[in-house]
Amino acid sequence: MSLYELLLAPFADFGFMRRALVGCLALALGATPVGVFLLLRRMSLMGDAMSHAILPGAALGYLAFGLSLGAMTIGGIIAGLVVVFAAGIVTRASILKEDASLAAFYLLSLAAGVMIVSLRGRNLDLLHVLFGSVLALDDASLILISAISSVTVLGLALLFRPLVLECFDPSFLRAVSRLSPVAHYGFLMLVVLNLVSGFHALGTLMAVGIMILPSAAARLWARSLPATLLVAVLIAFGSGLIGLLVSFHIDVPAGPAIVLMCGVAYFASLLAAPGGVLAGRLPVRRHLES
Amino acid sequence: MQPDLPPLLRFDNLTLGYERHPAIHHLSAAIPAGALVAVIGPNGAGKSTLLKGVAGELRPIGGHIHLPEFGRKGIAYMPQRSEMDHSFPVSVFDMVAMGLWHELGPFSGLSRAQRDRVGHALEAVSLAGFERRPIGSLSGGQLQRARFARLILQDAPVILLDEPFAAIDTRTVDDLMHLMLHWHGEGRTILTVVHDYNQVRQHFPTSLLLARELVAFGPTAAVLTDAHLARARHLSEAFDDNAPECHVEEAA
Repeated sequence: MSLYELLLAPFADFGFMRRALVGCLALALGATPVGVFLLLRRMSLMGDAMSHAILPGAALGYLAFGLSLGAMTIGGIIAGLVVVFAAGIVTRASILKEDASLAAFYLLSLAAGVMIVSLRGRNLDLLHVLFGSVLALDDASLILISAISSVTVLGLALLFRPLVLECFDPSFLRAVSRLSPVAHYGFLMLVVLNLVSGFHALGTLMAVGIMILPSAAARLWARSLPATLLVAVLIAFGSGLIGLLVSFHIDVPAGPAIVLMCGVAYFASLLAAPGGVLAGRLPVRRHLES
Repeated sequence: MQPDLPPLLRFDNLTLGYERHPAIHHLSAAIPAGALVAVIGPNGAGKSTLLKGVAGELRPIGGHIHLPEFGRKGIAYMPQRSEMDHSFPVSVFDMVAMGLWHELGPFSGLSRAQRDRVGHALEAVSLAGFERRPIGSLSGGQLQRARFARLILQDAPVILLDEPFAAIDTRTVDDLMHLMLHWHGEGRTILTVVHDYNQVRQHFPTSLLLARELVAFGPTAAVLTDAHLARARHLSEAFDDNAPECHVEEAA
């Protein structure tokens, strides 16, 4: 097999592979930077929780309108935002911390979602909602994913300074400005949007994979925030590219292949990166003078 | 105290607390503009609570805090336990530069002049050359210096410091104390929670001795007497859940 057949032919010959690649690029540019901030805010697992929370909205849209892109998207976004704001209100008004109130809402949301899907369930449809269909992205889905990525890049640019402060010194941000809740909830809205966009390509369960895994890998390499963001985006897109090729050549599902490639990048970084597990076990190098 | 200056901050029968239990009880005092005040008292006396109240982090459950005309915008507050996430990948320069928030807001970049001011602030706390280091690589004392550099840039007329010298070596304490005296010379009003009475006697013209209630307020020599300190030590820290409602006259 020539290099051309290995790397380029799948994309040159098949439109669905090109669409999938464009989808991966959009996700890498939008969802992955959001994942970096989730990671830095120690909310990695919260992304997972949120991805379950959007299920009933998507399911309701599906129940009412069938496999309609618009209905499932809007349903997913509404369900995600309801959970985010309800958890926020409970956190502020009760003694429960954010993780507890969020867990309560997303568990309920997930149960409701599975119930709704099974009400009119053929298992195939449930599989689509849970695992996405990166190889069957139509024009409308592609435009949706790209639009959400564009909004995300713009939103992160606008929120960047307050969000960074909210991450590393929230009490200082509260002391000097009133933007703390704007940064917090604005960011959570971006999380919901990107989970919905990721869910069309990778499904609700794996959308978080392309957010968190490249971010965790990048954090092991980079020392500054801009570098972390850049490395994470590159890892995410690279994993998308290789995952699609693997899926094409050995005929495995594309979504899991992409997330597994992110996992390969993560483990490789754990071994090789300066922040990884091996770096601390290497022979001690001669120390510097000061 | 400088009785000729009008009061800048006034506590009027102020009660601050948590879940109805007072941590500051019926405090009335007037802080003159430009005063350098040591807020002293045993643990649990309400010192941090008072600063939180002035900073606006805690709403009074009785009485009033009369703020100066410029409001909370002119108050810089440095809490005791920083919530700062030291593992966050941000440089010392960027962290200190955020002291310019009131000039920069969420969007503006730093002008050359502002970059220079950040540089000068770092020099003033002997952290020149640390600009590009990540904050996670600083020692406890260096981090406290960086927080002071950020305070310099905040350029606030009122500065609240909650135990700025906790777990800091003497040289750093001397440097930071020097900086506070410099601010005092510039006419800023400073409230600092301190535990070292020698330091208070040496540097702070005014003291406010708390033991949940006000024990004494005035020139340090008159406040730090054996009788006052003995009274402060008898403070009961206990919160009694069955305590009756307090009915001290609201208009004290």
